[in-house]
Amino acid sequence: MKYNGKQVFVGKKTTDGERSFIGNGIRVRKRNLRKGMLTLWLACMAVIILLPLILTLTNSLMSETEITHNYEMVARQTSNSESDRLTQTYANLKLIPDLITLTQYYAVLVGRPQFLLMFWNSVIICVTIVLGQIAVATMAAYAFAKIRFPLREPLFLIYIVVMLLPFQVTLVPNYIIAERLGILNSYPAIILPGIFSTFGVFLLKQYLSQLPDAYLEAARVDGAGHPEIFLRIILPMVKPGMAVLAILSFMDNWNMVEQPLIFLQDAVKQPLSLHLAQINDGEKGIAFAAATIYMLPMVLIFLYGENYLIEGIQLSGIKG
Amino acid sequence: MAKTENKRTIKGNTGTEKYEIRAAICFLAPSLIGFGIFFLLPFIGGVYYSLVDGPIDGHFVGIENYRSLLTNSIFLKAATNTLIFTAIGVPLNILLSLGLALLLNRGIYYRNTLRTLFISPLVIPVASVVFVWQVFFDLNGTLNGILSFFGVNPVDWMQTGWARLVVLIVYLWKNTGYDMVLFLAGLQNIPAVYYESASIDGAGPWRQFTGITLVYLTPTLFFVFIISIINSFKVFRETYLISGAYPHESIYMLQHYMNNMFTSLDYQKLTTAAMIMALLITMLVTMLFKVEHKIGKGLGG
Repeated sequence: MKYNGKQVFVGKKTTDGERSFIGNGIRVRKRNLRKGMLTLWLACMAVIILLPLILTLTNSLMSETEITHNYEMVARQTSNSESDRLTQTYANLKLIPDLITLTQYYAVLVGRPQFLLMFWNSVIICVTIVLGQIAVATMAAYAFAKIRFPLREPLFLIYIVVMLLPFQVTLVPNYIIAERLGILNSYPAIILPGIFSTFGVFLLKQYLSQLPDAYLEAARVDGAGHPEIFLRIILPMVKPGMAVLAILSFMDNWNMVEQPLIFLQDAVKQPLSLHLAQINDGEKGIAFAAATIYMLPMVLIFLYGENYLIEGIQLSGIKG
Repeated sequence: MAKTENKRTIKGNTGTEKYEIRAAICFLAPSLIGFGIFFLLPFIGGVYYSLVDGPIDGHFVGIENYRSLLTNSIFLKAATNTLIFTAIGVPLNILLSLGLALLLNRGIYYRNTLRTLFISPLVIPVASVVFVWQVFFDLNGTLNGILSFFGVNPVDWMQTGWARLVVLIVYLWKNTGYDMVLFLAGLQNIPAVYYESASIDGAGPWRQFTGITLVYLTPTLFFVFIISIINSFKVFRETYLISGAYPHESIYMLQHYMNNMFTSLDYQKLTTAAMIMALLITMLVTMLFKVEHKIGKGLGG
């Protein structure tokens, strides 16, 4: 709220106009001080929260020997007895490298051809799922949000319940169905369930429910049927919602661990998320660079679509 | 007004009604077919497998699988762990994120930047930071290094009961930002007028918080609750990547159990465990939605 050019009472509004006039200077200064302290405190928390990310980035610029030297004592997990394993020297997560070098990146990108292959696997899996899911979910969401049909509510409730079940719940029958369809150990086994995941329907239905019905009514009066309404009115309006779904779905599938673990036996077919776990186990010298490259698409998408993402999370929370 | 009239005419007209149903079927068809094959059919299959004694040519054994599973000590351990983790983690997560949202919602500087920073763990892939967690919590790790500086004996964090705390920290680290954004949306939907008239009536900050903020946040709260529960199941990814298929018994979750039953081809135990988990989740969700519906009606919307 602007008042005489000065900014006053941003957070809580006072109803007492006179008092605000007299004590203005002191109040504003006091308020600003508290605001500053609060900001500082939250900023400290944010730094702590970001520490794992920052450490991964800076450590990816260390040489492999420095990594090995820093963290070799962590790797000795073979003996079970505690006294055998305790080395009296502790691994320090170092923030700043002794020497900044790109050798880790070189080792990952050039020295391990399978790394780029698996990166590509991840891209193919994620992009296919995201595109397919958007197409299927937009149509279904339109039906749930804007068409009246019997059993609409119970059907939607079933969708929600299924959305909440962990992947392991339907593991065996899923496996058997994949086997029957002959798609076991191939990408469709993880891509198809991803495309038909009910989360997209849920999210877009929430989004569509918020769009005003007035346009649709007007179009209907003009004699437009559902296909025309969907193509001419809904599709242009639902684009922000699709962007949100794309980001959230990409994030979820880029991280997938359980599905490829079960459905893809061939190591060459597996996505990067699984491969990274193996690098973490065996070759810690390059783990940080591998992790950074793996993180890159996500971070770029996040920076680009942050506002969409936050809007999307909020939308899914507001009742539709 | 014209809107309601229009709806009435559509409803009254049987030809239009048939058209609506046909349209609904067309738009739903791709989703329904895929949903049926990859989710509903497997679920029904799961119910069937949990009632027979073998995946091939099984005989109907009724609730025998359930009875034997409910006396299986490993299953009970895994179920208890999952229950304990969810019962502690979810409320803690809600308190933390609500606190953060309240702080962010007051006047502070760099609000949007801070919001971005708090939500960023959500997009950092699990597998990326696993190594950092490992180095930090290892027996020879950074945390023990810091503690030894203060003369505290080293603790094997991942191989003792402390592992529960580690998983809890990783869960909170990852999910607090998400819930915070949900709460922020809820907070911004409360009209400022309510607070103004409350302070005219002499209500203090605490009274305003319990009387206005909490009451109008209730719908958000229920949604956050559900999302937090789902995400508490997803912490399995982290646990699995940090400590493999057989972690310390205190963090051996139902998902570990199901995954391992799958590997050892014990389908009866797996499907039965899965059905019990599904049943519990369904009960919880239906209950939450019912309570939410009631409170939503009480609020008049």
